[in-house]
Amino acid sequence: MKTKVLIFVMLAMAAFVFMTSCRPKNAGTSVKGDSAVKSFVAPGQYDEYYNFVSGGFSGQMSVYGLPSGRLFRVIPVFSVDPEKGWGYSEETKPMLNTSHGFVPWDDLHHVELSQTNGEINGKWAFGNANNTPRLARIDLKSFKTAEIIELPNSGGNHSSPFGTENSEYIVAGTRFSVPSDYANGDVPISTYKENFKGHISFVSVDKESGKMDIAFQLKTPGVNFDLARCGRDKSHGWFFFSCYNTEQANTLLEVNASQKDKDFIMAVNWKKAEEYLKAGKGVKQKVKYAHNVWDEQTHTGTSTIKNEVTVLDVATLKDICYMIPCPKSPHGCDVDPTGEYIVGSGKLAAVIPVFSFDKLQKAIANKAYDGEYGGIPVIKYEEALYGEVKKPGLGPLHTEFDGKGFAYTSFFVSSEVVKWNIKDLAVVDRVPTFYSVGHLCIPGGNTRKPSPKYLIAYNKITKDRYLPTGPELTQSAQLFDISGEKMQMILDFPTIGEPHYAQAAPAELIRNNGQLKIYPIGENKHPRVAKGESESKVVREGNKVHVYMTAVRSHFSPDNIEGVRMGDEVYFHVTNLEQDWDVPHGFGVKGANNAELLIMPGETTTLKWVPDRVGIFPMYCTDFCSALHQEMQGYVRVSPAGSKTPLTFHVGKQASSEEKPAQ
Amino acid sequence: MFKFKILTALLASAFIFACGNKQTSAPGTTENAPGTTTEASTSDYDPKRGEGKFNESNLTIDAALNVPMADAGEKAAGVKCTSCHKVTDERLVGPGWKGVTQRRAASWIMNFITNPEPMIDKDPELQAQLELCLVRMPNQSLNEEEARNILEYMRKNDGVK
Repeated sequence: MKTKVLIFVMLAMAAFVFMTSCRPKNAGTSVKGDSAVKSFVAPGQYDEYYNFVSGGFSGQMSVYGLPSGRLFRVIPVFSVDPEKGWGYSEETKPMLNTSHGFVPWDDLHHVELSQTNGEINGKWAFGNANNTPRLARIDLKSFKTAEIIELPNSGGNHSSPFGTENSEYIVAGTRFSVPSDYANGDVPISTYKENFKGHISFVSVDKESGKMDIAFQLKTPGVNFDLARCGRDKSHGWFFFSCYNTEQANTLLEVNASQKDKDFIMAVNWKKAEEYLKAGKGVKQKVKYAHNVWDEQTHTGTSTIKNEVTVLDVATLKDICYMIPCPKSPHGCDVDPTGEYIVGSGKLAAVIPVFSFDKLQKAIANKAYDGEYGGIPVIKYEEALYGEVKKPGLGPLHTEFDGKGFAYTSFFVSSEVVKWNIKDLAVVDRVPTFYSVGHLCIPGGNTRKPSPKYLIAYNKITKDRYLPTGPELTQSAQLFDISGEKMQMILDFPTIGEPHYAQAAPAELIRNNGQLKIYPIGENKHPRVAKGESESKVVREGNKVHVYMTAVRSHFSPDNIEGVRMGDEVYFHVTNLEQDWDVPHGFGVKGANNAELLIMPGETTTLKWVPDRVGIFPMYCTDFCSALHQEMQGYVRVSPAGSKTPLTFHVGKQASSEEKPAQ
Repeated sequence: MFKFKILTALLASAFIFACGNKQTSAPGTTENAPGTTTEASTSDYDPKRGEGKFNESNLTIDAALNVPMADAGEKAAGVKCTSCHKVTDERLVGPGWKGVTQRRAASWIMNFITNPEPMIDKDPELQAQLELCLVRMPNQSLNEEEARNILEYMRKNDGVK
């Protein structure tokens, strides 16, 4: 038996080798023969890694398995999702509240997994809202958005949600500088230099609960903050932010923000900022922002509007920030696993500068400055520079690390990934991507201990890679095996929305973090829960009709409701009585102007329904739950306004039997 | 030719998997999904006791009813059971509970309500029941205490004083 298997394997290998050797080396077929085996995960088997991928303009976060590239879940975060009732059920609406009111969409660019001692701990994933500036925390036990906090004084939260190595803080730097919320905003746009300011929020994260709070904001000169990375190990206590538009242009940035030979990486000593905060150097400013928190026991989100934030002015508090010159419009700003090397990727630069943390410290000690920028000392370029990677490619964007001394940088314009040695700055390998790669991800690639088996490239353009689907094509990612000296593409997989940054973690870390399978019904504290059919009922409160409904395979209780009148608002509070994994029930009612409900076992969720006409309205379970799922249905009778039809409800009583009296 | 070779390779790998040797699974897969581990074969199944952690030695049933337990059981059943089970002999989604404590051993009931999935797969009478009801009794995540209280409530329902 075993020998037979061996022969088969050898035959297969031989076939691959043969195929590889005669393959033309053009772009469309630059895939080695054994790639199918490398990315193949047999039916019923699990992937090695979870990949949390930003959904870009979909506003959501998607979860893939690696190396298979299979999509497991799209977690609704900043955009409504009618499939899951997110933003439609009464309980989830507060989660999308902002100081601007209910905002049903956003643009999620980056993902950060929570860390302990510079390693992923499997507790939470953070995501940023780029349009209406917010930060979200996703609970990785439930894969549900647990908290969203709005960021005042911010124009576009792009430089986010990057965290420190114990997730003490998640940062949020504004991409578009704007007049502060606490200053007069009615100013000419041309007064950018005078009136526009940058603000970077340091959002603290409670170690146990994960609860977020804006600890302080740094007020900076008006520039565009792009991306950021924390220092780690020896540089723990520092944060590095890339900034462009140091020209402070307010129009045609394409040209006007590309004038200077060098922009900056801003180094922030956040431990110092903490000292100033403690010493009372912060100024409390009047602002307005929403803080939305999900409660797993009441199954309800609560939105609180807050009115104050503490601001530290880095122009006057001298030793918090330092500007490191970085050639041209730096985008990615990445720190290697040792914490010593800071890699700046100037979008328009011909070199990749690598800065040294030790040299930076020396330069600060020796005050090796080259003037100031907006009150912030500018370090002399050479005094912080470790060296430059020469002629690496065109349009460097992002760098990830393998922990074995190599860095991997994406090149948008030349459409490739380049592997280089951090010590001697020599390029050792390059592979094409299809096409125009943006972010890269190595599992743990931003931590002290990367897991350097795979690298994923998230591309901006797919063109001819897949079957055409009209003008709009799928977005895509490409998976590379980086376990050997040479990078090898092994899979191409489509993604939702537009993927920007993503992170990946070993499957065990997430799977074994105490994954939630059900919500224990005994712990359900929803104010309108029905714990068992005996508690199901219909109650009229003025023109509001509250239906306390239960769902179990395969019926609702009650499933016949009469006495609803035109002008009523009906609230279906549906409790799923199931206590078994993977048995959600759905709920839909004809004419509902919002969406369905998808109710997890033990959960209570509410759909508001305003009948628009007299008649009989069917309702049914939308999530195939059992062999008798098609029987899981009911009716609501709607009578004219002022009708004398009594409010009645029941389940299981035929016409002849007496109806349960109204409450 | 090209396609044929890929097919050969895939067939080869399919063959490896078919052999069921977990060590030779594709690189990049570390673990089996639940359900693929082998369990005790059907022939080991005891239809009187059922399958699960309960047996005659770890289950004490007094002749007299424990009223507080039965009351607690009634409450728990209201949340987790009576949507589908009547306490009469009438079938709703599942069979009525009347007489169940006479038809079944206490250990069988305890095992079934805490460990339904494997028992539905193995117990001949449960399989016959499934043909009638067409709904597999769900695991309602009863803890030991809840299950024991529900058993006491069933005994009360069957006339134990």
